[in-house]
This record gives sequence, structure tokens and C-alpha cells, in this order.
Amino acid sequence: MPENTVPLSQSEKIPSLLEELIYTLKIRDVMTRELCTISRAETMRRAQALMKEHGLTALPVLENGRLFGIITVGDIIHALDNKIIEDKVEDQMTRNVIVLEDDMPLSLGITYFDRYHFRVFPVLDKNNKLVGIVTSRDIINKLLVEMNKEVAELEKLLPAPAQVNSYSVYKEFIHQKFSFEDAGVASGEFKKILQSKGFDAKLIRRVAVAAYELEMNLVIHSDGGKISMAVNGSSIEIAAKDRGPGIKDVALALQEGYSTANDWIRSLGFGAGMGLSNVRRVSDDFQIQSAPGKGTEVRAIINTGKENADENKRTGQTT
Amino acid sequence: MKTSELAKLPELKLVQAKYEDREIKNGYTSDLLSDVLANAGENALLITIQAHKNTVAVASLLDCAGIIICNGKTIPEDMLQSAAQENIAIFNTGLNQFAASHLIYGRLNR
Repeated sequence: MPENTVPLSQSEKIPSLLEELIYTLKIRDVMTRELCTISRAETMRRAQALMKEHGLTALPVLENGRLFGIITVGDIIHALDNKIIEDKVEDQMTRNVIVLEDDMPLSLGITYFDRYHFRVFPVLDKNNKLVGIVTSRDIINKLLVEMNKEVAELEKLLPAPAQVNSYSVYKEFIHQKFSFEDAGVASGEFKKILQSKGFDAKLIRRVAVAAYELEMNLVIHSDGGKISMAVNGSSIEIAAKDRGPGIKDVALALQEGYSTANDWIRSLGFGAGMGLSNVRRVSDDFQIQSAPGKGTEVRAIINTGKENADENKRTGQTT
Repeated sequence: MKTSELAKLPELKLVQAKYEDREIKNGYTSDLLSDVLANAGENALLITIQAHKNTVAVASLLDCAGIIICNGKTIPEDMLQSAAQENIAIFNTGLNQFAASHLIYGRLNR
């Protein structure tokens, strides 16, 4: 088989997906099964009418399921040209028909197109019964459908686009329980990022206060967790999410002065019961969700539009 | 008054000298860091007994002009290093918070 004359392999290298497809697909997978045929006794004019009506370039000549020949566009032109269009089909048909077997791999079928320069091939099954017809268009259509299926499968494997993509800035830090050494790292970094972006100093201060209190909470109260800052067009969101232990009474925890911190933590100047209320005070929008045994998630949203905050919130100061 | 002028006061000892010399407009005296976060003004001098690294983190976040550690508390090395990194002056004093506040308050150009 002259491998290098296969149309699809004339390029240096067939993409492996296409290669796999043409070797796994059989002729029966690509052929057209709805057949339009004509019997030997019909006229060439009838054949021409059928081909015109159905938009065919070839019409198999069939008798009791057996293929006798084929009428091509060339045969019709010849009949018209020689004024024998009323002749019987069996007298004008092409008798030496090259056929494909339905069980052939598509790759072999493609070499037939190249070797014989026909546009259409009838397809026979093992019992020499006509079961279909193949044009190069059928092959291309089937390959496109199969490739689309493969692409759809591949797309399923792609990771879902991360939410961070919708933000202009996203930064996160992980804090372990009692890692006092690291507390302040996240808020310090957030502050630097916002400074480099040219945000207003008072706004940065509010973000810094919210972030610092939340990371101190992670260090003091949680079993470890994550703090993040996301900046989008109109707001900055500071989110803290921990692994537990969760807050029994959220309303109580939000009350200023209430704290579960131990003496050691209090001696360091924390645990005054001001943390969460500080966060809430500097935020334009504040959400907290917590369940004992699960964990706590706090989101503090600070709008970047100046008109969105009153003066107290913008300075981060109580009056 | 400026941070460098504080260093001239006999009651204060400059223990962390790598700092940005700034005009001090304000002060805040507290040992509760959340209280400091909530209430300290801008360019404030922080007067406290909290001699540890987290005080520097809070002072840095609030752009404090300096920190005075009262009652002669020993200042740990990591706190000094952290303050040097953030360019925040640290003073040590034997005065308590009340006396230190009085010392500074009258000298601020308001």
C-alpha cells in the first residue's frame, strides 16, 4: 500500500488523534446507509432525474440486493452528449466498480480515494450485499464529529477556571494555630500590595485592621486556616476561613468585650474581645458563618469607591 | 515634634535606631492591641507595655511614628529586628504609661 500517497498523511505528521481515528473507525462507521438505487431496466433519463432530485454524484445499479454497476455524472453527460439518454441503465452504466468492504478500516478506505480518483464508493458487506455508499464528504463529516467528541471529553478534564481570575489581585496566607511569629505577615503584605496599587491611605488602614484582627483570630482561636485578600473593580474582600473548632454563639462572639482567650494571650494585649467588632466596624459588608466542630468563615468587604464609606469607617477610628 | 527629638529626652532611651524620622502629631496609650488598632490616629506614637513582635506589626499597619515601651520592660531581640525592618523607632523608659503620656503630650505641636 503506497502509504505516502494517502491524502491525510501527505503532511509531515498526522496529529495523533486523527491518526487514531482513521485506524479505529471502520468504513461502516462513516458510510451513508440510506441508499438511492436504480434497477438495470430503468432509463438513463430516470437515473439523471433521481441524481438531480437527491443531489447525487453516483447512483448504484441494483437488482435483488446485488450490485451490477454504477451510474456516474460522467455517464449521464456521455448519454446526453450522444443522445442516448433514453437508453437502458444496464447498457450505459459503469461496470467495473471499485467497492469498499464495510469491515475495512477507514485508513484503507482513504487510500482507495487516492488510488482510484473516484469520488464515491459503494460499500458491500461480507455477503456482497450493498449496504452503503461513501463519499469524501461522509468521511470528513464523521471525522469532525468524532474530533468534536474528543475535544469535549478533553475539555471536561480541564480544571474549572479558578475564581481568582475575576479579581485583579488575589493573595492568600495560611496560618497555623498559635503561630504568633507569622501573625501580621498577611496584613502587612496586603497593605504593601494596596500601597503599590495607589489606594487611599485611610482605605488601606481599614483593610489592614480587618486583616490583622482576622489573622490574629486564626492564630489565637482556630486550629489553623487561610486568610485572603481579593481586589476587584469596586471592593476589597478579606476572607478568613479556618478548620475549626467553630464558634458556639456567634452573636455573643461579636459582642464587644466578650472573649474566650486565655490569660497568656490576654497578657500579650490580645483577647480583649474587640477583634470581630473591629473587623465589622471597618467593613462596609461583614459576614460570619460558624458551626462548632466545623469551622468559621468571615468575609469583610470594603468598598473602594470613596462615596461608599462614612468618615469614621474611612479613618478606621471610633469617635 | 519629630522622632529624632524624642531621642534627646533624658527619660527615653532609643533602643532601635533604624527609623524614618517623622513628625509626630499624635499619641495613643494602650496595652490592648485591638484597642490600638481601633483607635490610634495617624502618625501616632504608641505608648504601651506590650514588649513583643506583634506590637511592631500593629504599629507598622497603622503607620505609627514610633513605640515607647514603658516600665523598663525588656525588649526581645526579635521585636527590635522586626522594628528595624519596618523602620519604626523603639524607645525604652522606666516611666509608666501615665507618666510617659504626660511627658510626650505637652511637647506635641497640635
